Amino acid sequence: MISKDEILHVATLANLKLQDNEVDSFVSQLDKIVGMESKLSSVDTTGIEPTYNMGDTNSVFREDKGVRTQTREQMLENVPETDNNLIKVPTIVDKEDDE
Amino acid sequence: MNFETTIGLEVHVELKTNSKMYSPTPVAYGAESNINTNVIDFGFPGTLPTVNKNGYRLGVMVALALNAEIEKHTHFDRKNYFYPDNPKAYQITQQDKPLGHDGYIEIEVDGKKKKIGVEELHVEEDAGKNTHGNNGYSYVDLNRQGTPLIEIVSKPDMHSPEEAYQYLENLRKIVQFTGASDVKMEEGSMRVDTNISISPVGSDTYGTKVELKNLNSFNHVKLGLAYEEKRQAAILKQGGTIGQETRRFDEKTGETFLMRVKSGADDYRYFPEPDLPDYDISPEWIAEIKANLPETASVRRAHYINELGIPEYDAGVLTDTKEMSDFFDEAVEYDANPKLVSNWLMGEVNAYLNDKRIGLLETKLTPEHLAKMINLISNGTISSKIAKKVFQETISNGTEPEEWVKSKGLVQESDPAVLEPIILDILDNNQQSIDDFKNGKDRAVGFLVGQIMKQTHGQANPKVVNKILMTELKSR
Repeated sequence: MISKDEILHVATLANLKLQDNEVDSFVSQLDKIVGMESKLSSVDTTGIEPTYNMGDTNSVFREDKGVRTQTREQMLENVPETDNNLIKVPTIVDKEDDE
Repeated sequence: MNFETTIGLEVHVELKTNSKMYSPTPVAYGAESNINTNVIDFGFPGTLPTVNKNGYRLGVMVALALNAEIEKHTHFDRKNYFYPDNPKAYQITQQDKPLGHDGYIEIEVDGKKKKIGVEELHVEEDAGKNTHGNNGYSYVDLNRQGTPLIEIVSKPDMHSPEEAYQYLENLRKIVQFTGASDVKMEEGSMRVDTNISISPVGSDTYGTKVELKNLNSFNHVKLGLAYEEKRQAAILKQGGTIGQETRRFDEKTGETFLMRVKSGADDYRYFPEPDLPDYDISPEWIAEIKANLPETASVRRAHYINELGIPEYDAGVLTDTKEMSDFFDEAVEYDANPKLVSNWLMGEVNAYLNDKRIGLLETKLTPEHLAKMINLISNGTISSKIAKKVFQETISNGTEPEEWVKSKGLVQESDPAVLEPIILDILDNNQQSIDDFKNGKDRAVGFLVGQIMKQTHGQANPKVVNKILMTELKSR
């Protein structure tokens, strides 16, 4: 059974604020999902290589040519607030410093 | 109680590509804010990443240069976190099957050679840059977002700050000579995170790991680690415990300060990147990259000593940076005497760089011009005194030496038929000096040479002048 704390932890990681009644409904929903996933663990996969991707392409590289596909004006069009072509965001606190 | 120190280093190096790791946007240091961004870098819905082949190739180069095994079957992974400098809210990296593993770097401390293990190397993308205002806002520039990085993770094999310092020095040099990165701490193309713990000597478990940040030079790494060794030992001696925390090095005081306490492991929810396929790195490609690895500093150094006759110390200085070593090689290719090129680079050129506080590539000096100037001295066209003038002109203004010497009339005068009348004339007008010479005052010769040089604007060949002058003085 998924605990309330686990739901709250996952919500924090996803930057979501949940109401108390939402927490309970997510407990039961996520519990079903995890339960279904755990069914998969019952399959014996001994000696089988893991599958990382389902695509049918492999090893596709792009040549290293620098191309501007959008202008700065286009890119900043949807930015709520800019200052000197920089994106203005609420101050970043309580996180690691810029590296 | 005596303690043993254990240090592990994580180094991020920006790879020198034309475009970003997962988008075709150009990469340039110091460009106008947000000019090098596109919909992929901004993490717009519906966009898809593509892998930069050259970025991967440079990563393999670095891995091979660090003696690592290359992973043949790999894929990319998502590392999820929220931060404004990374609008996708995840970083594409290689968590599960890193590009390379099990390499090593050789270091030498107190005359003892030692191999420091490289646990693994993986390619990933850099984040953008935040500036924090004091008005309740932060400002984001996404130019750097997506720049190719290789992260090099050491094994916890280092046991002193000095070993960590040597590891970084050698790592920087090895990577620089591959040409895969500029590895400049001051421009952020090389960044260092360190982990340090101490435990009682003989203990079979590591102590609690403390992470150090804000280390902007190798010297800060050394100082920060040395401070931590002492701080942690003092706490343990008093019966205290070390907290699992991240600390910041303060360069003004040389101390470290608590940044944050780590509560449990970070939860990045890695999973295979669904927008990129699996990658097979063919043995042929690896072999090709290996065959084309540029010469390492130590190979070049040995070549300079053994084949070019450069003294050991000088060869060490010449191979301290790739730009100096490349410059030297190129000048020698222009048929200049290697020993003379070396002397000029170590003498006048270095003095100029120190004086102006700039790098070799920031000057207007080219290997071709330096070689030409040296050959002008060697074949007697200019005196070494005039050469200093030529040097200042060519390094400051990029002037072609041969043309300049001709146009300024600085060619050395070595013709006795031209010099003799001038010398005779000066002797005729300086009877006193001749008398002094006869009376054993050697200073008189210096005075006369000075007069001749003045008369010829410093262009008289000193050897020829000396010969004529002495013959004439003795015969009078």
